[in-house]
Amino acid sequence: MTTTSTNNWEEVRAAAQAALTEPIVRYIEQCNAGPEPASQLISVLHKVQSHFGYLGPEQLDAVAQLLQIPAAKVAGVASFYHFFRLQPHGRFRINVCLGTACYVKGAERVAQRIMDELGITWGETSKDGVFTLEGSRCLGTCGLAPVVMIDDEIHASVTPDQVPAILEKYLERARQGPAA
Amino acid sequence: MSVEKNDDPDDSSPAATPSTSSRIASKFAEVQAKADSVLKERTEGGEIFIQVGSATCEHAAGSLAVWDEFQKHIAASERTDIRMRQTGCTGRCSREPIVGVSVPGQMPVTYERVDRALVHEIFTSHVLRGVPLLDQVLDGPVEKLPPYELLVCSSTRCGGKGRKLIEGPLAEKLHAAGLGPDRVQVTQTTCLGACSLEEVGQCTHVLVRPDKVLYRVTSDKDLDDIIQRHLLGGKIVERLCITQESASRQFFEIYGDVAFFNRQNRIALRHNGVIDPESIEEYFHYRGFQALTNVLSQRNPQAVIDEVSRAKLRGRGGGGFPTGKKWAMGAAAEDKIRYLICNADEGDPGAFMDRSMLESDPFNVIEGMIIAGYALSAARGFFYVRAEYPLAIQRIENAIRRCREYGILGDDVLGSGFSFDLEIRLGAGAFVCGEETALIHSIEGERGQPRVRPPYPTESGLWDKPTVINNVETFANVPAIILFGGDWFSRIGTEQSGGTKVFALAGKVTHTGLVEVPLGSTLHEVVEEIGGGAPKGKRIKAIQTGGPAGGCIPAASLDLRIDYDTLLKAGSIMGSGGMIVLDEDDCMVDIAKYFMKFSEDESCGKCTPCREGTKRMSEILERITAGQGTLDDLEKLNRLGNLIKKASLCGLGRAAPNPVLSTLEHFHDEYLAHVTERRCPARRCTALIRYEIDPEKCVGCTLCAKNCPVPCIDGVRREPHVIDQTRCVKCGRCFEVCRFGAVNRL
Ligand SMILES: Cc1cc2nc3c(=O)[nH]c(=O)nc-3n(C[C@H](O)[C@H](O)[C@H](O)COP(=O)(O)O)c2cc1C
Ligand code: SF4
Ligand code: SF4
Ligand code: SF4
Ligand code: FES
Repeated sequence: MTTTSTNNWEEVRAAAQAALTEPIVRYIEQCNAGPEPASQLISVLHKVQSHFGYLGPEQLDAVAQLLQIPAAKVAGVASFYHFFRLQPHGRFRINVCLGTACYVKGAERVAQRIMDELGITWGETSKDGVFTLEGSRCLGTCGLAPVVMIDDEIHASVTPDQVPAILEKYLERARQGPAA
Repeated sequence: MSVEKNDDPDDSSPAATPSTSSRIASKFAEVQAKADSVLKERTEGGEIFIQVGSATCEHAAGSLAVWDEFQKHIAASERTDIRMRQTGCTGRCSREPIVGVSVPGQMPVTYERVDRALVHEIFTSHVLRGVPLLDQVLDGPVEKLPPYELLVCSSTRCGGKGRKLIEGPLAEKLHAAGLGPDRVQVTQTTCLGACSLEEVGQCTHVLVRPDKVLYRVTSDKDLDDIIQRHLLGGKIVERLCITQESASRQFFEIYGDVAFFNRQNRIALRHNGVIDPESIEEYFHYRGFQALTNVLSQRNPQAVIDEVSRAKLRGRGGGGFPTGKKWAMGAAAEDKIRYLICNADEGDPGAFMDRSMLESDPFNVIEGMIIAGYALSAARGFFYVRAEYPLAIQRIENAIRRCREYGILGDDVLGSGFSFDLEIRLGAGAFVCGEETALIHSIEGERGQPRVRPPYPTESGLWDKPTVINNVETFANVPAIILFGGDWFSRIGTEQSGGTKVFALAGKVTHTGLVEVPLGSTLHEVVEEIGGGAPKGKRIKAIQTGGPAGGCIPAASLDLRIDYDTLLKAGSIMGSGGMIVLDEDDCMVDIAKYFMKFSEDESCGKCTPCREGTKRMSEILERITAGQGTLDDLEKLNRLGNLIKKASLCGLGRAAPNPVLSTLEHFHDEYLAHVTERRCPARRCTALIRYEIDPEKCVGCTLCAKNCPVPCIDGVRREPHVIDQTRCVKCGRCFEVCRFGAVNRL
């Protein structure tokens, strides 16, 4: 399908582009040109989240417009999947693996220590905005359990005692300035 | 049944027509030659090869820094004969990063837990001076690397001839020739995969490392020749040589000395740790796409299905449905538009074999998919990959692109007239999306909720078209089945299920990692012999298989033969291959609670028994572990569990009670201790334990008091400390930090 279903396409596109980015808009247009564009909703949401860090209402709306999917459905899909975040996150995302292998090797106590150190619980961001704590089902590195991933860096065989030093490393980075 | 064919002018009969076959053959030869020349250019002048593992687990262990460090050393040495290669992961998680060094004429050496400092030592000693670091070899240290190692295939499938040979004539003859273990090491291996080349039981296969020579031994005279001419004379005995590549030969040429590996059968994982997962040229070099070429030239989709049926290949995603049968159903569908899906959602928390296969040998999985696509006359295939696996996604993307460049994917695959292409679709962190109908909804861009079956996807699946869904490992076995035959594959394994299964061994086990063994192997072989048992002298209590849909098998049943049906009988399931070892410190009620919470969180909420039932069961388990359970609660768990199993709509709900029901059955005493004595025998459930300081042992170092988060430990330096039980939150930190063993967990 193309632009024919609405004749105010340029307007819609401009509004959507303001909420998204040019490459994402182009990606959506590519999807629209291929077979079953609506099926690309999840991959579009992935692209949006990887750029903005989360899916805000304006972004969801823009995606709905461009893919021509009802906004309610887009919101429904975004909230169904755990991977999608509807709120912004802190500078670093701490992802504690809560899979079975990590659980039996003491991941809960590692998580507890992180909560104690930062004064936050699951889904929350520390007051200084540096860390957001999240849990994950399994990072696929069970052989190195327990595993904590901070942004894209995996920390293997973590003990509760190592937590302060690990956090300090990222705090230091945060002090050095904003992300590139 | 009717055989679907592509509309090709040559295609008037299912039999091969010379023109198409020769076109495919020449096209294949052409791309092979192209790959060869690329490879040659890349390795030209290389003598010494350093290989570094590259996969999520390897990276987590630090392999990227190791790679860079070697690069720097090579640059600084100004040597031009040293080449680096990346490989995927071998599946030795606990020993990564893994580095291999091969120097011509010497035994290849695999190093474990390599870091920057060790890189320097390996480089200066082994790479530059040819002196391996014997202390650092994988599963070492070893005292000496003998000039030769004989790997003798001792599979019981081949009549156990190998072992007799090792103990009898081989030992005698080596002794007579004066070749002790310092000159020739003899190693018994489980299966070299050479049985893929001929009738079993006719001979014994012997692989000579480091010369990469595979011999076929049938008589004493053969042994004499090998000893006199090869081991003493340094000349290959051509008469006994097997030149064809067998299923796992290349793997054992590199890793055959390591017991963890040589007790395994490597088929689905045969290229893991051997080839560069980003290089289609290397894949070609290891007979890649030969199976596809054979299939395309034969021009008989039904024959492919028959071969897979003959192999007795059953789905590795958990259900164990016969793959040949599933393909036949897809091929018989009325609708000519058909889809193929690879289920790479790997939702079982604690399983990572699919990730490893996709990261370490993606071309193999893709080849399996193209063959399946051909068998089904499907034109489009999908990879449904979980978003938590970014490296796997990257490697599949690369592999798809490379395949298109070589004409392996896209229009007119290898000039056969058959067109097939693949797309990647990402999951987004919902366990239920591993279920096939939910997965289909997810690919369609919907919420991933299951629907009632029938109709099964083979009838009405993606966009209501006939769709075949298979697991990653299922596809990974297909090229080997085509190359070496369904009969061979079916002989490995049991009466009902052919081949091997890859297990992701984790938890309280010495060697965590990937273990591929024939179906029908015992749990003992996997966990004790290969996995090395529980670390720190602890006792294994149970093995959890099948993840949230499975159960716990007590240690007393370790001699159970692993198969779909036996595990089911034991109250668990095969599942996708996650195997978590639990030891005496793990509380079975707590484990059951863990899985129940998981299922409660992951229930999609569509049907009441699952949505509400898992919540109720979680609450009861919470109560029990908090020391507030009653005998009646155990009865309720049983009743509810059986109800949810019967009344739920999809496999998630239907299997969710399994971890509880199986532990209730096998570990009833532990439940009883919680509810009648208010005691947690494993001392895991915090509400039921307390920490006390033994005044006899406490030296008053104050460390515990400093670490207590509350703080609730009193005492002065050099005096015994005391815990205020009313305030203690039982975090266990005092227990961990005390160096004098003075804190007791009661
Ligand atoms: C809740 C649930 C989760 C599942 N997760 C997976 C999975 O992660 N990977 C997988 O291959 N199969 C999974 N399955 C099984 C699939 O539905 C399907 O049977 C399988 O992919 C078929 O492939 P196979 O025949 O090759 O095993 C799951 C099933 C259920 C009910
Ligand atoms: S059994 Fe559970 S996961 Fe499956 S459809 Fe019902 S609520 Fe959803
Ligand atoms: S268990 Fe934790 S809270 Fe209790 S005394 Fe020890 S350190 Fe303090
Ligand atoms: S750490 Fe151990 S020895 Fe030291 S004060 Fe605490 S209980 Fe006593
Ligand atoms: S269970 Fe933590 S990485 Fe798999």
